[in-house]
Amino acid sequence: MKWYITKRILMLIPVLLGVSLLAFFLIHLAPGDPAITMAGEHASSQTIDAIRIKYGLDKPLPVQYGIWLKQALHGDMGRSIVSNDFVVREIMDRFPNTFELTVFAMIVAIIIGSIAGIVSASKQYSLLDYGTMGLALFGVSMPVFWLGIMLMMIFGVFLRWLPISGRINIAISFNRITGFYILDSILTGNFKALIDVLRHLILPAFALGTIPMATIARITRSSMLEVLRQDFIRTERAKGLSERVVIYKHAVRNALIPVITVIGLNFGLLLAGAILTETVFSWPGIGRYVVKAVGMRDYPAVQGCIMFFALMFVIVNLITDILYVYIDPRIKI
Amino acid sequence: METKKETKSHELIRRLKYNKSALFGLLIVFIIVLCALFANYIAPNDPNPSPPQLANKLKPGFWSEKGLEGTPLGTDGLGRCVLSRIIYGSRVSLSAGFVAVGIAMVLGITFGVIAGYYGGWIDSLIMRIVDIMFAFPALLLAIVIVAVIGTGLEKAMVAIGIVYTPQMARIIRSSVLYIKQMEYIEVQKAIGSSDWRIIFRHIIPNSIAPVIVYGTLMLATAILDCAALGFLGLGAQPPTPEWGAMLSNSYSYIMSGAWWAATFPGIAILFSVLGLNILGDGLRDILDPRLKT
Repeated sequence: MKWYITKRILMLIPVLLGVSLLAFFLIHLAPGDPAITMAGEHASSQTIDAIRIKYGLDKPLPVQYGIWLKQALHGDMGRSIVSNDFVVREIMDRFPNTFELTVFAMIVAIIIGSIAGIVSASKQYSLLDYGTMGLALFGVSMPVFWLGIMLMMIFGVFLRWLPISGRINIAISFNRITGFYILDSILTGNFKALIDVLRHLILPAFALGTIPMATIARITRSSMLEVLRQDFIRTERAKGLSERVVIYKHAVRNALIPVITVIGLNFGLLLAGAILTETVFSWPGIGRYVVKAVGMRDYPAVQGCIMFFALMFVIVNLITDILYVYIDPRIKI
Repeated sequence: METKKETKSHELIRRLKYNKSALFGLLIVFIIVLCALFANYIAPNDPNPSPPQLANKLKPGFWSEKGLEGTPLGTDGLGRCVLSRIIYGSRVSLSAGFVAVGIAMVLGITFGVIAGYYGGWIDSLIMRIVDIMFAFPALLLAIVIVAVIGTGLEKAMVAIGIVYTPQMARIIRSSVLYIKQMEYIEVQKAIGSSDWRIIFRHIIPNSIAPVIVYGTLMLATAILDCAALGFLGLGAQPPTPEWGAMLSNSYSYIMSGAWWAATFPGIAILFSVLGLNILGDGLRDILDPRLKT
């Protein structure tokens, strides 16, 4: 087991190196002189020269990459061209927002999705089954940004039940400690803020969680149906166990194993969805940051985001693979 | 050879008839294709009237008495007919999807066949590049490519095509690996057929079924991702009637109660993606029952 984990971690190194190459050469692949690209089209030749020296663009490419990689390994991804702030700091400031959004969306998706799948499978070919699976099919085909707009319109604009943008009402006093709003409001015992933060979280989380929810529902259902056909389930029914015990105690536990992989795979989709959801709900997270950075051609910021997203993505996949081995003892490594 | 091909496609049609959901998907796709082909006959109005009819902006559709005659789904913030723009938008979205998937297929088949057929270091190299590209969520990679090559509809198509290539390459590679060790390939090698002949006459035709299935499903996500790029302002630029860009231009109006301009383009995206997903699932069941989930 230890060897397996070590091997998996070692395998990440070439992938991350490749990602860093991609991130680094991004700016050199773009048409035109990178110094001019960074300075903007109307910059004076002095500014361009200053930028060329500042970012070491006058050195040969492999040397530049070496310097850049060394700095990146020390947690320095350079400064944003737009704000002149450290890119890593800007990303870390926004990370808690994206983290809370994606985790909350995933929790919503896992709870509702797996329950829907289990219920559908235990009542196969019923109206409930068809209804749930029909909804799930719609869910997988849903454009996240459109769903976000629709939720915003219905619950925010027409019904006025929930706030439609931002993380917290500015009128509420709030002390930042860790940057994680939910955690901070619990730590400071500020329940008024906690409720407001959660209210702000509901719509984006549901918008973001719908696609994984639908996928999880579909996978749970098919996995449940497969388990329910197996011999041990027939034996349990034959020995007179109630349907409830058979399904919830024995079938569900076996059926949820493939669901875990799907959850891991969906996390990547969730990160991509976060880019759109954050844009719709003006959520101050990394997704919105990267879109803005691309729009402004803020290359250091884009490079930082690429490294960050790739790192998150491979770490989540690693955790999924390890969890998978732990949960299913039948898997031989 | 000719008759054999005929029976194969006949069989496909015969089995498609029994798969009701696949037929439903096919129907939706068919309607969208019709809209795209005959947009200039179907659409009630010009999608980009010049000069702009600003006096008609944000008029509701058939459900309200305040609506304009001839614009059943209302008008957008620049007074353009929403229905007409959606109908013309099917042209943009479908062609964007086809181009993107076409690029992914050509590149994916090339790299997948090379990796699978020749193996060795070239296989390792291609698969490592695939691994690196899989370290990103698809949409992010597309955004990054757009950051390099610039914004616009054509560039968004290319970006999405490149993003989908590794997936296609992996699928092709695995079926090539399977076919390569079949006896008939060995026979071809024994009678001295060239690699080219083996690849084009035997390997590619026999690994095409999963390409069709995943191509259909990819078409759905390509349309979705293209709309997403349009929504983020990185894909189609105004005044192109593209569904995602239409959404992003009109969702600020929902505050003032003009919900229609942002609602209907989204429904168009939803149904095209839904239709292609259902059709893809159906084709998978028919062409490759082993993949059935």
